[in-house]
Amino acid sequence: MRGITKIFDGKVTANNNVDLDIYKGEILSLLGENGSGKTTLMNMLSGIYFPDRGQIYINGEPVTINSPREAYDHGIGMIHQHFKLVDVFTAAENIVLGLEEEGKLDLARVAEKIQKICDTYGFEVDPKKKIYDMSVSQKQTVEIVKVLYRGADILILDEPTAVLTPQETEKLFTVLRNMRSAGKAIVIITHKLHEVEAISDRVAVLRKGEYIGEMKTSETNAQEMTNMMVGREVALNIDRPAPVDPRPKIRVEDLTVRSSDGVLKLDDVSFTANSGEILGIAGISGCGQKELLEAIAGLQNVEKGSITYIHDDGSEESLLGKDPLQIASMGVSLSFVPEDRLGMGLVASMDLTDNMMLRSFRKGKSVFTDRKTPKKLAEKVVDELDVNTPGVSTPVRRLSGGNVQKVLVGREIASAPTVLLSAYIVRGLDINSSYTIYELLNLQKKNGVAVIYVGEDLDVLLELCDRILVLCSGRVSGIVDGVKADKNQVGLMMTRLGGGDTDEQ
Amino acid sequence: MSSKANQEPLLHITKRRAMPWQAAWAVRIGSIVFALIICAIITMAATGLDPMSVYGTMLDGAFGSERKIWILGKETAVLLIIALAMAPAFRMKFWNLGGEGQVLIGALVTAAMMIYLGERLPNPILILLMFVAAVAAGALWAGIPAFFKAKWNTNETLFTLMMNYVAIQLVAYYIIIWESPKGSGKVGVINQATEAGWLPRIGDFQYLLNIIIVALVTIGIYIYLKYSKHGYEISVVGESQQTARYVGIKVDRVIIRTLLLSGAICGLCGFLMVSGTDHTITTTLAGGRGFIGVLVAWLAQFNPGAMVFASLLLTVLTRGASEISTIYGLNQSFGDILTGIILFCIIGSEFFINYRVHFRKGVGRRVDGGSKPAAVAETAGDDPAEKETGKEGADV
Amino acid sequence: MFDLIAFIPRAIVQGIPLLYGCTGETISEKAGSLNLGIPGVMYVGGICGVIGAFLYEQSCGGHVNGFLAITIPLLSCLLGSLLMGLLFAVLTVTLRANQNVVGLAMTTFGVGFGNFFGGSLIKLTGSDVPSIALSATSRYFSRGLPFAGDMGAFGKVFLSYGFLAYAAVIIAFITAYVLKKTRTGLHLRAVGENPATADAAGINITRYKYLSICIGCMIAGLGGLYYVMDYASGVWSNDAFGDRGWLAIALVIFTLWRPNIAVFASFLFGGLYILYLFIPTGTDLAVKELYKMLPYVVTIIVLILTGMRNKRENQPPESLGLPYFREDR
Repeated sequence: MRGITKIFDGKVTANNNVDLDIYKGEILSLLGENGSGKTTLMNMLSGIYFPDRGQIYINGEPVTINSPREAYDHGIGMIHQHFKLVDVFTAAENIVLGLEEEGKLDLARVAEKIQKICDTYGFEVDPKKKIYDMSVSQKQTVEIVKVLYRGADILILDEPTAVLTPQETEKLFTVLRNMRSAGKAIVIITHKLHEVEAISDRVAVLRKGEYIGEMKTSETNAQEMTNMMVGREVALNIDRPAPVDPRPKIRVEDLTVRSSDGVLKLDDVSFTANSGEILGIAGISGCGQKELLEAIAGLQNVEKGSITYIHDDGSEESLLGKDPLQIASMGVSLSFVPEDRLGMGLVASMDLTDNMMLRSFRKGKSVFTDRKTPKKLAEKVVDELDVNTPGVSTPVRRLSGGNVQKVLVGREIASAPTVLLSAYIVRGLDINSSYTIYELLNLQKKNGVAVIYVGEDLDVLLELCDRILVLCSGRVSGIVDGVKADKNQVGLMMTRLGGGDTDEQ
Repeated sequence: MSSKANQEPLLHITKRRAMPWQAAWAVRIGSIVFALIICAIITMAATGLDPMSVYGTMLDGAFGSERKIWILGKETAVLLIIALAMAPAFRMKFWNLGGEGQVLIGALVTAAMMIYLGERLPNPILILLMFVAAVAAGALWAGIPAFFKAKWNTNETLFTLMMNYVAIQLVAYYIIIWESPKGSGKVGVINQATEAGWLPRIGDFQYLLNIIIVALVTIGIYIYLKYSKHGYEISVVGESQQTARYVGIKVDRVIIRTLLLSGAICGLCGFLMVSGTDHTITTTLAGGRGFIGVLVAWLAQFNPGAMVFASLLLTVLTRGASEISTIYGLNQSFGDILTGIILFCIIGSEFFINYRVHFRKGVGRRVDGGSKPAAVAETAGDDPAEKETGKEGADV
Repeated sequence: MFDLIAFIPRAIVQGIPLLYGCTGETISEKAGSLNLGIPGVMYVGGICGVIGAFLYEQSCGGHVNGFLAITIPLLSCLLGSLLMGLLFAVLTVTLRANQNVVGLAMTTFGVGFGNFFGGSLIKLTGSDVPSIALSATSRYFSRGLPFAGDMGAFGKVFLSYGFLAYAAVIIAFITAYVLKKTRTGLHLRAVGENPATADAAGINITRYKYLSICIGCMIAGLGGLYYVMDYASGVWSNDAFGDRGWLAIALVIFTLWRPNIAVFASFLFGGLYILYLFIPTGTDLAVKELYKMLPYVVTIIVLILTGMRNKRENQPPESLGLPYFREDR
């Protein structure tokens, strides 16, 4: 096979000395956990980032790629996870956007050319349809056609199946196979093992920014790939005290949630969270974790199902259809550390004291806010959690990520919750801060709080949580015992329902 | 994200985390000084007069006599109270450009009650009724766009703007009905003989009561925004509606409530102008101050203390400009030009407070905070203004 | 009886300044810049034209050359509006200042600028009335088609206007065509809808924003010129232009950002604007003031309806009013 060779040698924090070859007429899977640097690597190829070190070669020639446009000139096109489309434009308009072709804009001719591309590879695009009228998979098709229209020979797809139904995925794979036969080079970024098996010729694995190795898909199996992706087991030594008098606190039954654009985010999810216990939620990012927590916190519209809170005296009350204020007025002390700390949990431009008030400012009959108590609380949080800040009157925007998180967690814990929801609570934190947070969670557990911990690091989930609920594409793949569970088993469950050896999807 | 710009540009702009407030104010004051220098050059070009003596005359026009100082105080109070009314709405990122109409409606209701109830009610009760009605009318006028904003996210900027003209035409309608004497197109002084519905004056000082009331409103708004629960909710909604919902704040309710307050203060302003000082009503009662009030509130960054200074500054300019128009025969509108230039300079200087400019040439010189970038700001920001006014000035 | 033949031409001449302002603002808004300075720009456009015409009439001493009488005011008007556009672009695009604040300041400045130089010129001429008349120049601007007078009602309704009126309609249709059918228009709209996507597609955001603001302001400025030279027969009096600039901005929403609709909508607004003159109200002057409310009330109703009816094409450009900063992504 003669043709395209590319050698990477990047060293951003995300990628360290990565070498990668992409061949013409072949589908390569780029496999790795979240944050392993897959997307960053490909962004350098498509001109979004510029590598700090290293050299890219196309057909053996060294090239520099400064912008997406230059990437197109080299025949490289990337389909991002977040589509770059103008909603009120038609498919054809989006496809020609930014192109400086000769002559006047002739959308009829553009449509013809689009049709030709569609016929070649076997997909359907209505050039006159507006993007906002399209389903996610149609939008994705437009993105692919846009790249092909520019004459790309190398296509990079960033987790293309994350948003598709199984049927749509199959359709996409057919198209990709057609493109392979036409001699295009295709890279799929993914962490779904069965897809790697189904579509790719070769698989390359990244872990923590490092290139681990590659092999022919036909010569490997799920177990080997998981091992390469996840790596050796690392001893973390996080305390895991025995659950304290676990009693059901929150019962979720048949919960189904759809996003505003109609995508099914949670599908018939049922589980029970106990007091005095940490329930871990594992899953590939975007599998419904966010929606699940927001539904419990009263911030999501629920299509069907129930969420029940069980009071200490055993009486039950539904949380469904209640906003955060109504939940609080029921006497349910529910704390929530959301994923988007500065966009949702805190107000970036306000200082520590004012942010402490967010939860408590309504207290008391006075029309004026009481700043003394929050100030004391802020000082206490700064002191106890060792927050690095010039003072309690510093806007949180000016704190570093770890310190921002400490402020948020400190506030949420301060209200003596009975339920604590947390999403990616240690993301972006250094080791020491992370351990501080783990200790805090354990302390809550000892106090009889029902803790729900959405995490991305399997090692931590396995060491910290009493039980782990594994989500896969919005469905419950299984609930395992945190003490007995095996990492590979959980990893498989994340990518396939039930984690069985046979592919059920 | 590492700052991997695609093509290492000569200038690289990044957001500042924060500038110490002293430095920020130094930049702003620097920009005002710079603007005054530009204005001086333009004045000289347009009139051939010594700019120092023109500025001297302006100051004299603003502060020259006891009476002038009182007028200055009265006019500042009007501008200030409108800016104060705007502040809570802007804090919430609601662009209320309807101050003009809200003031007029308050004034209209006040005038109507003076005319129709003037002789029928004892004065204290009449004044109380007028006050309540004017405040309610102003609140209603702002509440209508707020309701549609909260429910259907209707564009508030244009809605409030159009409400101004509806109010102006309403006032024009009643002016013709109330005309006195007939055919003059004016209402004339209402209840001149009886002084019914006139706010009492304190001692000999005609404008003192108005100024005191506005001072109280200033303190009130300061406390409301800074210390009340409502004020806190407004800040949260303005910064992030998502966070507001996360803690259970009802965003639409806060929008409507805040705009009712905003309109109510404008209504109060209309009441004070008709009942307290003017004792008549015209369609130009607010005289564009609904817009200038917006700018004052924005320039002061919602800080009522800074609003006092900003409205004083702009009023001194207007008063000064009217003085030079009589002394040197310059047009009254000269003040608007000066105001515009000063505003452009301050607006432009905000860039250097919020962003940092890096030069990528060679080792990477860096322009840092302090007063120096202010100079850069103005040269960059006001070049067109300067060229333009300078050119046209020379033409005359 | 309602005199339609008299009404339509009046409505059209009232509508033309609105049409200029609306077309200009549409171009600017389509690229994401809400320019509330348009009322000021139209004042500046008007007065610059007046200054140019005044200087020319003074210098040529009565021997007015038709070509120069048109070109000089036209160019001064375009130059003045261009400088206002540059001012707005520098402050909002390069310095990322708040568009609403800059716009309001520009309107204050522009109205003051117009009135100041208007007032100064009035004083220079030593006239008794507070206005300045440039009848020689105006004759060239307001000259209708030569055979209009011979064609009765048809001539009156369609052929009786000065060239700037026809230019307004042509510019509006060209703008509509460019925005909808050409590559430039497509890129411009992409900048206003989703600058990050446009940026990724290799479109120069800054260049498109500068161009759209400046061209928009120049077109709006012509509205001011038309008003003085044709509608007002060359008579400048301070504040006479009034609130037309704001109505032009409202018209943009009314027409759902479509300059071809604006052609008819502006005539409709022009009609609403002067309807009070044609409604037989007898001696009741007061009611006429209520009729003047019509254009504003209609605008409000349209605003509410477009807000409620969530059809995507009818919404403002998505990034309208927001500054674009690449590293915010």
